[in-house]
Amino acid sequence: MATPETEIVVEDPTAPAGDSPSVVSTRTVEIVVSLLLLALALLLGYDNWRTGIAWAPDGPQAGYFPFYLALILGAASLYGLFISLVTGAGAAQTFVTRAQLSRVMQVFIPTLAFCLLTQWLGLYVASFLLITSFMRVVGRIALWKSLLTAFLFAVVMFVTFDLAFDVIMPKGPLEAAFGY
Amino acid sequence: MEAFGLLLHGFSVLLTWKVLAVMMVGLVLGIFVGVLPGLGGPNGVAILLPLTFTMDPTSAIVMLSCIYWGALFGGAITSILFNIPGEAWSVATTFDGYPMAQQGKAAEALTAAFTSSFIGSLTAVLLITFLAPGIASFALRFGPPEFFAVYLLTFCSFVGLGREDKHKTIISMTLGLLLAGIGMDTVSGTLRMTFGSNELLRGINFLVAVIGLFGISEILLTMEERLALRGHAASISLRVVLKVWKEMPRYWATLLRSSVIGCWLGITPGGAIAASFMGYNLAKRFSKDKDSFGKGRIEGVFAPETAAHASGTSALLPMLALGIPGSGTAAILLGGLMVWGLNPGPLLFVEHKDFVWGLIASMYLGNVVGLVLVLTTVPVFAAVLRVPFAAIAPMIVVSCAIGAYAIQNAMFDIWLMLGFGVVGYVFKKIGIPLAPFTLALVLGNRAEDAFRLSMIGAGGDLTVFWSNGLVGSITTLAFVLLFWPVLGRVFERASRLWRPANDRGTRPA
Repeated sequence: MATPETEIVVEDPTAPAGDSPSVVSTRTVEIVVSLLLLALALLLGYDNWRTGIAWAPDGPQAGYFPFYLALILGAASLYGLFISLVTGAGAAQTFVTRAQLSRVMQVFIPTLAFCLLTQWLGLYVASFLLITSFMRVVGRIALWKSLLTAFLFAVVMFVTFDLAFDVIMPKGPLEAAFGY
Repeated sequence: MEAFGLLLHGFSVLLTWKVLAVMMVGLVLGIFVGVLPGLGGPNGVAILLPLTFTMDPTSAIVMLSCIYWGALFGGAITSILFNIPGEAWSVATTFDGYPMAQQGKAAEALTAAFTSSFIGSLTAVLLITFLAPGIASFALRFGPPEFFAVYLLTFCSFVGLGREDKHKTIISMTLGLLLAGIGMDTVSGTLRMTFGSNELLRGINFLVAVIGLFGISEILLTMEERLALRGHAASISLRVVLKVWKEMPRYWATLLRSSVIGCWLGITPGGAIAASFMGYNLAKRFSKDKDSFGKGRIEGVFAPETAAHASGTSALLPMLALGIPGSGTAAILLGGLMVWGLNPGPLLFVEHKDFVWGLIASMYLGNVVGLVLVLTTVPVFAAVLRVPFAAIAPMIVVSCAIGAYAIQNAMFDIWLMLGFGVVGYVFKKIGIPLAPFTLALVLGNRAEDAFRLSMIGAGGDLTVFWSNGLVGSITTLAFVLLFWPVLGRVFERASRLWRPANDRGTRPA
């Protein structure tokens, strides 16, 4: 280590470039989110209307309270949609740049794969794979360090949750082979 | 002095080796959570909540609240040494804390931050000790209409006083309330908004949503930034501590002012973030030497830290006394209480005396132990930052998944967590605040029950919310706060009529 003891330096080898072009503007995302929320409000409003929004002899029916909430949600999203469409606020603002998006995907896709793998391999094996590959690919950390860290982490988690605290996690064939 | 006797009883509940050990573990975990990027107080508590499921409620809440104290302390370490605020409320600490570290006075800055945190928390805990029982016994007289009015007040003050766009706060809040309503309706037993799905029958668990919204989305956001960092290592010697403590009484006015601001903003849903900035700005305004702020003035560390901690701690007051959390983290602690079947609110002080006073006593003890712990172990925690984020990020993801799964042993919850992670990421980037969502999700069912019980009692007459002086004034106050921005603008316009506008250009863009 060349750095003196009083300094702590951590490198980020795969950092996103600062001058990356914009993928989508904040305004576009706001419009899409407003539309999605409006659709959700309509869906939930309809469902609650079906459940019953009237007054029963013993007070309001089950759909009463959420129905009016859905109305408010719908109104607020319409207002948001109106603001973005009419004023064009946030049109010049970048929601995410290409480099940032690729970094976010670098963490989102492994996380998605981790959730999928948890169903077949169990949580501990999936977490071993996630940590190893993430450290190796994104962090460019030496393979043996990545393997060791991932292994230790998975074992510590297993001992803490499954053995010490009796919090049972999904398990797969490997744990079954050891009799858990 | 009934409170004092009960407090002593609380200490007697607390002083067992087991609880003390749990406290230490909680503090250490909390400081880790505060130091690590991409983890904060709310999701730290949410992720670690499953660890406490097998404990008795007192040990569990002691551990959770200690994680919270630890996170509050930990945020200051990265702000001062690396100029990276570990938490949003420590942003103001970087203004003077980091320049101090650059000048080689890191130890002084850290000591100042920890000590003033301690003072802020202590003030707030004293407030809780003597105020909470009174408020709780007053609230015992509340019926459903009064409770609904208080919930309404909480929601309205978020909309009216929040700094975000009003419609975005409303979106966040109604979405939370709607999601809270999914599943079995508690009053009539009817299913609603489940669309025939068995998974949705259980409803959307509050903690799963929080882990996704704060944990996963924070990782996604953190990844967008350049994560290389450069900072100072520091260790604190006893000599430095004594020197700072000797200097401190000189700043009593700043400490007192920040404590008061913090307590006030913590009880009302303003939050620690606003408190830390306000504490800093007021200290600057009242100072004789304004220009020295931002260049490494120790007072600039005292002021925001005291306010942030006073506010973070006093946020627990309305949670304990009324069952209404004053902050996002308090909302999660409240969710934790409900997991153990404890119903937060005024009845807690009557039915679970041991628990409440044990918790309050743990606030005192946790802060003292925490102060000693951070002062002695700063180098260790600063070294945690040497670990690259590429190693920490997947571990946080795994911890989030464990936390989400453990709550109901459901794989569906892991998927739900991932979904909320994406929602949280997008919402944060387009400025839809998450705190109202959290609050609405945890209070949704209680607010609806209160509303329907008052309707049943009054036979469907909405004037029940103005039926007596108490409930009437709370409801009216709620509406005043809701329309506060409009009312404020009317006042402003009225005053502009007889004072020509000439300061238009000075407004910040």
